[in-house]
Amino acid sequence: MEITTQEFKHGDLVAVKGRVDSATAPDFTKALEKINEAGRFKIAVDMSELEYMSSAGFRALLASQRNCKKYNRGELVLVKVPERIREALELAGFTELFKTFDDPIEAVGNF
Amino acid sequence: MPKITYPAKFEFLDEIRDFVAEVARQGGFSDKEIYSLQLAADEAASNIIEHAYEGIPDASLDITCTMQGDTIVITMRDEGISFDPSKVKQPNLKAKLSERQIGGLGVYLMRKLMDDVRYESVGKSNTLTMIKRRA
Repeated sequence: MEITTQEFKHGDLVAVKGRVDSATAPDFTKALEKINEAGRFKIAVDMSELEYMSSAGFRALLASQRNCKKYNRGELVLVKVPERIREALELAGFTELFKTFDDPIEAVGNF
Repeated sequence: MPKITYPAKFEFLDEIRDFVAEVARQGGFSDKEIYSLQLAADEAASNIIEHAYEGIPDASLDITCTMQGDTIVITMRDEGISFDPSKVKQPNLKAKLSERQIGGLGVYLMRKLMDDVRYESVGKSNTLTMIKRRA
């Protein structure tokens, strides 16, 4: 798993690449928490190069979404969700908890 | 039956997923099905590592993965605390964000992705068997 974070005026773009499972999810969580700790709560997660995500990754997204949406201060959205991962998110009933976008710039511009 | 023993550590989930994918590929499963099988195996192994072996260092789990006709059979055996997935409450998938359960999701996915999930505990040994027929 590899994470790169870019800070924009309206929000942060987090690109997560490779595989998120129980071994790597804690680092994914830390990357998302770090943004919140800096007082920023508008996050777009770019999944275009994500190969795999287990429920450990779903939990990280859920925890971050809760934190971002608290006091209506922000939101976490998903960008370019690969088909297999979208199917698993749907199975877990997670798709309705996150807005999705096809373009990272559009996602960040939405904030 | 070929059996591979893995250390009960999250760092080995990659290898476990690769093992299942290899058998499934040779067994003629599609890429979509292979992803599902890898996810189910990952969730099962993660639960064993996290719950059955909670606080127990240097534990291991034995995994077998074989084709029986057009059906893949994955078994995972551990000697940890008995953790029966059928006893795990199904998460409420319609709950609001603030009320979503963090736990139980892995087991729910395993059941949804596989045709059958069985659990047997005999003495110290727990065996999880997951079955899926090729589409």
